[in-house]
Amino acid sequence: MAFITANWNPLGEAFYRKVELYEMSWVLRDGLRDSLVAAAPYGGPIAVMKESQCLSPSVRPQLDIYTASGVTMATFPWKSGPVVQLGWSVSEELLCVQQDGTVLIYDLTGAFLRHFSMGQEVVQSHVSEAKIFHSPYGTGVAIVTGSSRFTLATNIDDLKLRRLPEVPGLQGAPSCWAVLNQDRQTKVLLANGPELYLLDNTCCTSVVLPGGSPLDGVFVHIAVSFSYKYLALFTDTGHLWTGLANLQDKLSEVDTKIRSPPKQMVWCRRPQTQQPSVVVLWERLLLVVAVGGDTVQYPLDEACVCVGELDGVRLLSPSRHELLQEVPLVCEDIFKIASMGPGALLLEAHKEYQKSSQKADEYLREIKEQGMLGDAVRQCVEAAGHEQHTHTQKALLRAASFGKCFLTNLSPEAFVSVCRDLRVLNAVRDPSIGIPLTHTQYPVCVCVCRLVYRRLYPLAIEVCRYLKTPEYQGVSRILRHWACSKVQQKGESDEVMVRCISGRLADSPGISYSHIASKAYDSGRTELAIKLLDYEARSGEQVPLLLKMRRSQLALSKAIESGDTDLVYTVVSYVKNEMNRGDFFMTLRNQPVALSLYRQFCKLQEQETLKDLYNQDDDHQELANYYVSASYREKRLEARLSVLQSAVDEYNKAKNEFSSKATEEEMRLLRFQRKLDDEKGAGLLGLSLQATMEALLASGLQKQADHLYRDFRVSDKRYWWLKLKSLAEKEEWEELEKFSKSKKSPVGYLPFVEVCMKKSNKYEAKKYVTKVTPEQRVRAHLTIEDVEGAADAAIERRSEAEIGTVISHCSSSSSSSQRLLLDKLQRALTTANRK
Amino acid sequence: MSPHATRRVFTSKGQTDGCSPPLSLIPMAQSIRRDSPELPDFSLLKRLARDQLIYLLEQLPGRKDLFIDADLMSPLDRIANVSTLKQHEVDKLYKVEYKPIVSTSDQLCFLIRPRLQSVKWICDVVNADKAAGKFRRYKLIFTPQKFYACENVLEEQGIFGDVTTDEWGFHLLPLDDDIISLELPEFFRDYFLDGNQRWVRTAGCVLHLLHSLYGPFSKVYGIGRCSKMAYESWREQVEEGEQKGRDGEIGSVFLFDRDVDYVTPMCSQVVYEGLVDDIFRIKCGCVEFGPEVTSSDKSLKVMLNSQDKVFNQIRNEHFSNVFGFLSQKAKNLQTAYDKRCGMDIKQIKTFVSEELKGLKQEHRLLSLHIGASESMMKKKTKQEFQELLKTEHSLLEGFDIRECITFIEEHINRQCSMIESLRLLCLLSLTENGLLSKDYKSMKAQYLQSYGVDHLPTFANLKQLGILVEQPTGETLTAMENKVGKLVNDRAAGKLTDAFSSLAKKSHFRALSRRLNLVPKSDEEYDLRVPKDMAYIFSGAYVPLSCKLIEQVLERDGWTGLEEVTRLLNGQEFAASGCSEADGKARSDTQRTILVMFLGGCTFSEISALRFLGKEKGYKFIIVTTAITNSARLIEALLDNRA
Repeated sequence: MAFITANWNPLGEAFYRKVELYEMSWVLRDGLRDSLVAAAPYGGPIAVMKESQCLSPSVRPQLDIYTASGVTMATFPWKSGPVVQLGWSVSEELLCVQQDGTVLIYDLTGAFLRHFSMGQEVVQSHVSEAKIFHSPYGTGVAIVTGSSRFTLATNIDDLKLRRLPEVPGLQGAPSCWAVLNQDRQTKVLLANGPELYLLDNTCCTSVVLPGGSPLDGVFVHIAVSFSYKYLALFTDTGHLWTGLANLQDKLSEVDTKIRSPPKQMVWCRRPQTQQPSVVVLWERLLLVVAVGGDTVQYPLDEACVCVGELDGVRLLSPSRHELLQEVPLVCEDIFKIASMGPGALLLEAHKEYQKSSQKADEYLREIKEQGMLGDAVRQCVEAAGHEQHTHTQKALLRAASFGKCFLTNLSPEAFVSVCRDLRVLNAVRDPSIGIPLTHTQYPVCVCVCRLVYRRLYPLAIEVCRYLKTPEYQGVSRILRHWACSKVQQKGESDEVMVRCISGRLADSPGISYSHIASKAYDSGRTELAIKLLDYEARSGEQVPLLLKMRRSQLALSKAIESGDTDLVYTVVSYVKNEMNRGDFFMTLRNQPVALSLYRQFCKLQEQETLKDLYNQDDDHQELANYYVSASYREKRLEARLSVLQSAVDEYNKAKNEFSSKATEEEMRLLRFQRKLDDEKGAGLLGLSLQATMEALLASGLQKQADHLYRDFRVSDKRYWWLKLKSLAEKEEWEELEKFSKSKKSPVGYLPFVEVCMKKSNKYEAKKYVTKVTPEQRVRAHLTIEDVEGAADAAIERRSEAEIGTVISHCSSSSSSSQRLLLDKLQRALTTANRK
Repeated sequence: MSPHATRRVFTSKGQTDGCSPPLSLIPMAQSIRRDSPELPDFSLLKRLARDQLIYLLEQLPGRKDLFIDADLMSPLDRIANVSTLKQHEVDKLYKVEYKPIVSTSDQLCFLIRPRLQSVKWICDVVNADKAAGKFRRYKLIFTPQKFYACENVLEEQGIFGDVTTDEWGFHLLPLDDDIISLELPEFFRDYFLDGNQRWVRTAGCVLHLLHSLYGPFSKVYGIGRCSKMAYESWREQVEEGEQKGRDGEIGSVFLFDRDVDYVTPMCSQVVYEGLVDDIFRIKCGCVEFGPEVTSSDKSLKVMLNSQDKVFNQIRNEHFSNVFGFLSQKAKNLQTAYDKRCGMDIKQIKTFVSEELKGLKQEHRLLSLHIGASESMMKKKTKQEFQELLKTEHSLLEGFDIRECITFIEEHINRQCSMIESLRLLCLLSLTENGLLSKDYKSMKAQYLQSYGVDHLPTFANLKQLGILVEQPTGETLTAMENKVGKLVNDRAAGKLTDAFSSLAKKSHFRALSRRLNLVPKSDEEYDLRVPKDMAYIFSGAYVPLSCKLIEQVLERDGWTGLEEVTRLLNGQEFAASGCSEADGKARSDTQRTILVMFLGGCTFSEISALRFLGKEKGYKFIIVTTAITNSARLIEALLDNRA
């Protein structure tokens, strides 16, 4: 075990170690020199492109994509313009920034995805330098043009270009610059010789470094830490300044005594760091400069590239891939030479135990005496997570599990989770996969995503199953990706493809077939897309895609099946613009639900369309009804009449004689009303027949009323009612009496009594009581409040019910005559009952 | 009205034909009377709605003017009062009146139902502002949901980018402890007349909401196509979402389409609450009593719910009992007041501090309800009303139809009331399975003469719904059956609009009435003070079909044995067990809590009947309805005259 510390180097109070991750399996002809190299953080893929200058313009450069272990994932000749910078987005897409400001995006397999431009003016002035950076908003691109202007795009997935203000006095490219992310704002820090400027959206401010004496010399390199919190500047005098990125505080200033400008400069820190440092790379030397001032030197025999990570720096050379990081405190505690930390003792105890030596007990006792066994186990577990090599991990975990046996109340959670995590990490670290994630960098879902990006579906599914990720979030998502990439493959027939996909996805929950179908459609396989859509359970998802594919008929029926009227309406309004009117109406005719929906819309929005719709259907009845309601919107009589005439015609066509006659009569009535309005100013227009007659009678136009009565064949009853009401209203009692005698009343005589009583004319009312039919006589008497008369009539009729009514009427008062009457009625009631 | 409502003595001619015997009546005075279970707490729904509204208002920070759809005013008032709104920076409140606005605020918020008319008006407002060069921010809040059609209008008018839209999921308003309303009166016309299914999903959402808050349900019964669709929509939503097992507060659910029973809402209501609704119109659980009731010169808005102790005791009573009850109550109150005579000072002090307030309150309510009763009495005890009731009862019983027709004719001729006349015609058609061709034509002609030809489309609407139809002659019947048969064979028949299906709808009221014993035997007097069945809500003349169906289905735990009835009602019934596994502990309290959802509205009479049923059988009914309706509202929804 002693050799674990062999690659440790003390730096200040902490140790730094360089661990080999992989022997690279790639074959690079000229090493990494003269190439554009981009390696994604979190153990991501590596893109390498030969610098174009050293090649003749006729030869196209080659672009290669490798895993972190150097396995080729894609390789293709570069066919576009000269490339300034390569970089990776957070979702592992390769960004290639061209000289003319175009950014081309490729996926891991080298397939072209899309492109965007950094602005028109760049085409002329060319990109002189570009940087690709990551922020909470996603992946951003920053460029500086030949005319010294900066342009920023903070998120390439939601592209908004921002041209930063001009920097005063800057001619040509700045000596060095970096992108900062502060207070939710992206800024650029640049150095022009010895001066520093901070550029944000609106202004350019000159800044000075805090902390006493200004540095002499010109800034040649700037490095920002992974979290944008720290800043390091290198001057041509060999000084390295470190401080906070907000330029408020200085950490230190170290003289490296190396004057040549470095090739690369990267911060090397880790969470809960003891001794942060800056890694400075020259052609043949790697210098680790601690903030405290101590340094470690690593001579290099090959050209290297540094990749900053959350918890260290990866060193990429043509033959090796190494990780340089500060040794975590727990590891230091356990493995430091002559360490007496509880973890170290436990590890030792376990080693002795395996050798069946009694020393194991001694060590254990020692830990227990200090009461540190719990800490010892925790230390071993944590340290196992930080180790790269499986045998060290195993040794630590075994020691932890050994120590656990002597504890009763230790929560096993940490142990279990580290075991599980390490299993996944070791799987993805395997050289054939090549994702050298550390435990600190490891969140599960991202890990699975990245396997999916690499199309390592079986491993991804295994990982999900192993981690017991809910199907919905895990396996289903992976299968969806698989299906999406599957449909983009050429060469298989639609049937085979559908069978293959549905077979594999069949029982996984939460699969969106519409998503897969839309991918199929995007790659030009419409028929396949339609077949896949059949598997989609939610019609709501089917419809938009079907519309996109111009299968509006199918979309309409699917929308109707869904029962969601919004969907139906979406399709209808789409189809309306898509088809000519005739076809549109025909389509609607076959779909009653859509038709009724559209009708209702037309009723409120497009009355004319409604008419066309009925016309098309030969629905004369509805058309006629439409005209009738339309006629009331016409202000002018002539217009109204002509609309009504159309209604009559339509009613005739619909063989609805009744309605056509009624409408004709209405037209006649309207004309009649108009005539009278013109002659007498009676204000009748628009009234109903009854109201017209009422109005005529009220204003004494008896003759005209009679005319209407005959002309419209008004029933006798109605007319009598009208007349007697109006006569009573005007209190023309004589006329009323004359009227009552003119003919036998078709409504009987009770109404006469009632209208008189309405005017409280008991005298007149009495005249008609005798004429009332026997059935109604009781009521007539009661109406004129003649209880005795009512009683007599009731007794005469021998009707139980009527006697009852009378009784209920007289019970209200208690005069003697009333009582007599009551007795009489009661007697009559009993006789009636007996009968 | 006497407590013993005198009903006519009939010869038994209507009931002797040798049809199969009526379904056995369940003996009403049951041996064991279970207590009704407690109701779930529905105030949660209000809180949810209020919180969401506040959240939405805060999405538009700063002071703003709020425009509210007229028919959202009262529901909103029940959720959040003006001061709550003011707390969230609402400056002024306006009613949507479809006129140019006068507002100085630079932020306008519109709270509207998803209607094209309102959206168009907002477009006009925005465009007017644009023309005047005014810059404001606009926010549209649609409740309970927004429709694509509305957004389409915004797009067409070119203001889609100028406004932000949101949805306020205010689906349910608890009107009372046991009544929850969707407050969507347009549901009835939209679905049943226009065949527009846009609210079906909303109904599904409502079920889903209740299910997730108070579920799971053990069983779901239903009748009608809309119910079925709402049920399916709900199931879909349940399957999409997560399921969590827990104890539900609601047992069974019964979904009911309004078009299954049009007869009941077409009858005059005589139960106190129903009568108040018919005469004064209860709006959102609140009624405005005019000066004739308050016996002062001011109108008074009164909340009518179980909080009102006096109202709570009389709401379900037949009107004839109410007066007696109120006078008894008045006497009791007097004695309570009288107690203070002969008290010493200490006693008076406690009396004033403890009892007096309650008594005063009760006094106030009592005088109010007495006023209301008097006013109703004035209107309803008149001869005409008695005649009207008599006619209705004859129609229900199918007796003396000729006389009834004459009465209706006279009603029309005398222009008593446009709505009332139409209501009687509808009742006639519904109970008689359509009018004879001759009668239909003459009645329609009379009606048009009385109220204007512009009612032609109204008649078309009523015909479409099958509410007022002409009895088909032999020839047309077969033609229609052919048409319907063709449609049924069609694969899409299941999704046909109800507009079509109602063509095939034949009212079989008589047969149903015999089968289910809806019209009690009339040779005995019906004591309205001690009602023996649900018929008391119509003076003992008729058991409402809707409530009877619910009773029978609950009794039988499904539709078995009711095949003949459902055939007469055009099928579309279903029963499904819900997703709860708690079937084992059947008959526990929650199993006896039953949610009845009326799609297309229900009347207060039906609610009273169900309350009565609940008391008899130990059920507790929760009524969910798209809106409270009555005959007038139902008919007004179908009017298509010039208005």
